[in-house]
Amino acid sequence: MSYFSDIYNGIKTLLTGMRVTGKYFLTSRKGAITQQYPDNRETLKMFDRFRGEVIMPHDEENQHRCTGCQKCEIACPNGTIEIIWDRGIDEETGKKKKKIDQFVYHLSMCTMCGLCIDVCPTDAIEWGQNFENSVYDRAALTRVLNEPGSKLMPGVED
Amino acid sequence: METTTVNSNFKSEKYQINMGPQHPATHGVLNLLLTIDGEIIKKVEPDLGYIHRSIEKMCERDSYQQIVHLTDRMDYLSSNINNEAVCLTVEKALQLAIPERVKVIRTIIGELTRISSHCLWWGVMGMDVGALTTYFYGFRDREMINDIMEETCGARLTMNYNVPGGLMFDIHPNFVKRVKDFIAHFKTKLPEFDTLLTENIIFQKRTKGIGILTREDAISFGASGPVARASGYSCDVRKYHPYSALDRVTFKEALRTEGDTFARYSVRIQEMWESLSIVEQLIDNIPEGEHRVKTNAVIKLPKGEFYQKVETARGELGVYVISTGTKSPYRLKFRSPGFSNLSLLNHIAVGGKIGDLVATMATLDLVIPDIDR
Repeated sequence: MSYFSDIYNGIKTLLTGMRVTGKYFLTSRKGAITQQYPDNRETLKMFDRFRGEVIMPHDEENQHRCTGCQKCEIACPNGTIEIIWDRGIDEETGKKKKKIDQFVYHLSMCTMCGLCIDVCPTDAIEWGQNFENSVYDRAALTRVLNEPGSKLMPGVED
Repeated sequence: METTTVNSNFKSEKYQINMGPQHPATHGVLNLLLTIDGEIIKKVEPDLGYIHRSIEKMCERDSYQQIVHLTDRMDYLSSNINNEAVCLTVEKALQLAIPERVKVIRTIIGELTRISSHCLWWGVMGMDVGALTTYFYGFRDREMINDIMEETCGARLTMNYNVPGGLMFDIHPNFVKRVKDFIAHFKTKLPEFDTLLTENIIFQKRTKGIGILTREDAISFGASGPVARASGYSCDVRKYHPYSALDRVTFKEALRTEGDTFARYSVRIQEMWESLSIVEQLIDNIPEGEHRVKTNAVIKLPKGEFYQKVETARGELGVYVISTGTKSPYRLKFRSPGFSNLSLLNHIAVGGKIGDLVATMATLDLVIPDIDR
């Protein structure tokens, strides 16, 4: 007899479970978490703190805040950041001062740990929201973050 | 090869098959070498090392701030708790006084991580025994926690939110509201988990009485977490060695005595309720204050050995550091729960069917990067 009662109980609990699924079947769009991703690119907004890639913001006069102190390069666990620097004459004081030539960022090696941005004394780098990084050639993932011809914002000291 | 004759016409013969490394039920790249006789399992030999990344060796070259982000990649489903373990070890060695605010936030985020990990496990557990719906429902509720994490920590899985000395940045203004929303939402969903899967007779028949682990075996195999607690071995690190803000909350340790697959399942379901209650107790009064204590840019631990253990979603994670006073550890050892829990798989799976092995493995809740490191 337990054979038939097992079948009965099995179907009964299946139907109990299907009450839950049936409820969601009827109210399917309410509370749906699926995002129609490639179609919603225009409206898709990531959270402010989302860690997509490291960027270096520049102002209207093509000035950045990086003094070339290399603290981010030391903090990075993977050798993602590579700063090529030089010494130039400071116009105000006339003394020799360190300045960056190229701020090279290897996105392909980055683990998005955020230690570089955490350690930066002048807030020169920050997180960008872009996360679409598929490229045909991995060399495209190596970027120079400072724009050509850019220079240090006056008044930024580390 | 050993041969036994059943009758004159049919021969029964032992043979070996590989389960994994690309088998969906192994939840990652784990290769199980099964010796089977028909459908009966005679021996299970786990073959490890497919994603060994030598994290412990990499720690020997990294600074203590850099070690934290590597632990995200061990047990990726409880990454915040792993981060906390390393930070607690460093803070213990430096004898840093951590602000109350940090302790409370760490505990809240740790318990949310545990719920999120168990949600994923519940979905995958159902899928392993043939119920696909649970997968979607588990991930739906997990998504809310992922959003909370993304808003506050900046990432959904590999958060790296803890730093030695506190938290990388303060919680997001929306954090408290979102967590409260989640608690209210999840309290209505957890009973549905029971209706859908726990009370299902077919599910119970598949899980009750298989993969039995006795209390003595659990202790001698070094099992921890829900696996050991389902065998009646009370071993919750949160209870016996409370860290962060766990000393000021009241919660019941989820304990079962049956030791079978269903008991391990029930323990995890109950743990989700307990974690919800911990978060509920703390979320209303997060103390004001600093979110970070200033540490030296180069952290040098004093000479000596330091050990700290925490309870991740899978069991006891221990961090053992030997320092010679330099900026990186001389040796760093992670005692990962997954490795010990995997070691008892052969013991409990022998004599069962292959289908039972899948259900048993699902309740061990293996995360392979945690085993291989």
